[in-house]
Amino acid sequence: MVKEVKPRRAKHSGWESRWTGLWFVLPFVAGLGLLFLLPIAAVPVISLSHWSLLSSPRWAGLDNYAHLLHDPQFLRSAWITALFVAGLVPLNIALAMGLALLLNVRVGGVGFFRMLLFSPVVVPAVAWALVWRFALQPDFGLVNNLLAKVGLVGPNWLLQFPWALVAVVVSLLIEHLGLNMLIFLGAIQAIPKELLEAAAIDGANPRQIFWKITLPILSPTLFLVMVVTTIGALKVFAPIYVLTSGTDSAEVLMIQMWRQGFKYFELGYASAIAWVLFLAMLALTLVQWGLRRRWVFNEA
Amino acid sequence: MKPKPHPLVWLWYAVMAFLAIPFVFPTLWMLSASFKSAAEIFASPLGLLPHSLDLGNFGQVFRDYPFAAQYYNSVYIAVIVTAATIVLAALAGYGFARLRFPGRDLLFIACLSAMMLPAEALAVPQFVLFKLGGLINSHLPIILLQIFGSTGALAVFLMRQHFLGLPRELEEAALIDGLNRWGIFWRVMLPLSKPAMMAVGIFAFLNSWNDYFNPLIYLSNPTQFTLPLGLQGFTDPLGGVFWHLTLTASSLATLPLLLAFLVAQRQFVESLVSSGIKG
Repeated sequence: MVKEVKPRRAKHSGWESRWTGLWFVLPFVAGLGLLFLLPIAAVPVISLSHWSLLSSPRWAGLDNYAHLLHDPQFLRSAWITALFVAGLVPLNIALAMGLALLLNVRVGGVGFFRMLLFSPVVVPAVAWALVWRFALQPDFGLVNNLLAKVGLVGPNWLLQFPWALVAVVVSLLIEHLGLNMLIFLGAIQAIPKELLEAAAIDGANPRQIFWKITLPILSPTLFLVMVVTTIGALKVFAPIYVLTSGTDSAEVLMIQMWRQGFKYFELGYASAIAWVLFLAMLALTLVQWGLRRRWVFNEA
Repeated sequence: MKPKPHPLVWLWYAVMAFLAIPFVFPTLWMLSASFKSAAEIFASPLGLLPHSLDLGNFGQVFRDYPFAAQYYNSVYIAVIVTAATIVLAALAGYGFARLRFPGRDLLFIACLSAMMLPAEALAVPQFVLFKLGGLINSHLPIILLQIFGSTGALAVFLMRQHFLGLPRELEEAALIDGLNRWGIFWRVMLPLSKPAMMAVGIFAFLNSWNDYFNPLIYLSNPTQFTLPLGLQGFTDPLGGVFWHLTLTASSLATLPLLLAFLVAQRQFVESLVSSGIKG
């Protein structure tokens, strides 16, 4: 009966203004426009100026970018950022995948272990970083204490260049692995069982099943996780800043940008660094997209 | 199909128990440190069980430092951010999912880009904007940048996905009953969206609770600080850290989240996993 009325009443929706939808999205989009889209447009413009907040901006052309190329601090933090991303992202993905495979079993208590490995994700990033900073204190810290027991002299973890980066990467890995692990686990468990069973019946061993079936099916998820993890790595700020107490022992570009912008108030120069960060992110994403066509498995 | 007991199962337990140590130890260690005195924390650094349940640290943290104010700031800011994110994301998500209007695709692409790009790199122009508005040293920039940043855009995206998944017949039936758009949204769609709003709310709350970058830029007065900045304030005048107090305060900042996680594990995991894949 309802069906009969429908065509006539459906016209009712025709009275709806074509702008109705805009009213629904406007509150969010207006704010986004002011606080996100406008700033995006402003970053490259500000980067073409000398501006120290106290004075009014002066046109600088490409000076800031030319300066970047000769600024040892910038070059150093660009290098550290590259090392940081190259260290963190592959390790994160490989270890998360390994843990997901380990947790992909039907054994009592598997949910308990899943919860344990995920729990650091819920701990506030600064609290987590502070615990690690305490454990890595050079003289009395837990890690160097333990190293001393086996006769090793631990380094000054947080203030020496390569070690600070190692400490940051390890603490971030343990903090965030649980998230990618559960993403992979969900994707693994969504694979149709028949597929794996058929392969097993055909005589494939577990290693072959993983490389030839599981991994190709997971490749879209893997790709997405890789892009998101890379972008996430490029914008890490608080854990590094807190672990290294704001020193430059592991100064990535985000921290360099903050230092130029909000410590020295070189707004133009900081914007140039921000723009470089954007371009790096864009380039990395594009490279990953390019690779995607090679190795992401398509069901079509 | 019941799994058969297998000798490998014991090996699995052993491996997992070993692997879990670095994931669990830091948190437990932090919590136990909040019961230890300054002396004990150094005397037995590895110990997880404090000698006595001394609550002195807690008293000192609240008495000698503006920790209560900082806790209050974090709570009220996170509550505002969470509520606003849920409301705005539900509205915008519904608009993008179910209504056609001029410019829709363009605006949605703007949301997607906000989701992927690092808002932190926009700090300079945002700061200039808030400086023009005379809002430095207030909580408003922190609140607004959380609501209208990557987190908010992600929330819009997830709400849109959710509404796309609801059957259209529901709305058609409601139209027949004479409801207008607002009525449909409010009376039909929202009641079906509680789990999605919960998921969005959880990660909005966590992101706000965790925010360090913006408070660092906009706040300079310790009584205005939120917890992430406040946790670093337990120092002597020369900058030496009082670790027993720092870890006590860190525990207090962690505990509510950890308890909520234990109670609502499934919701937390769903929320964070969805934000992890799409954001």
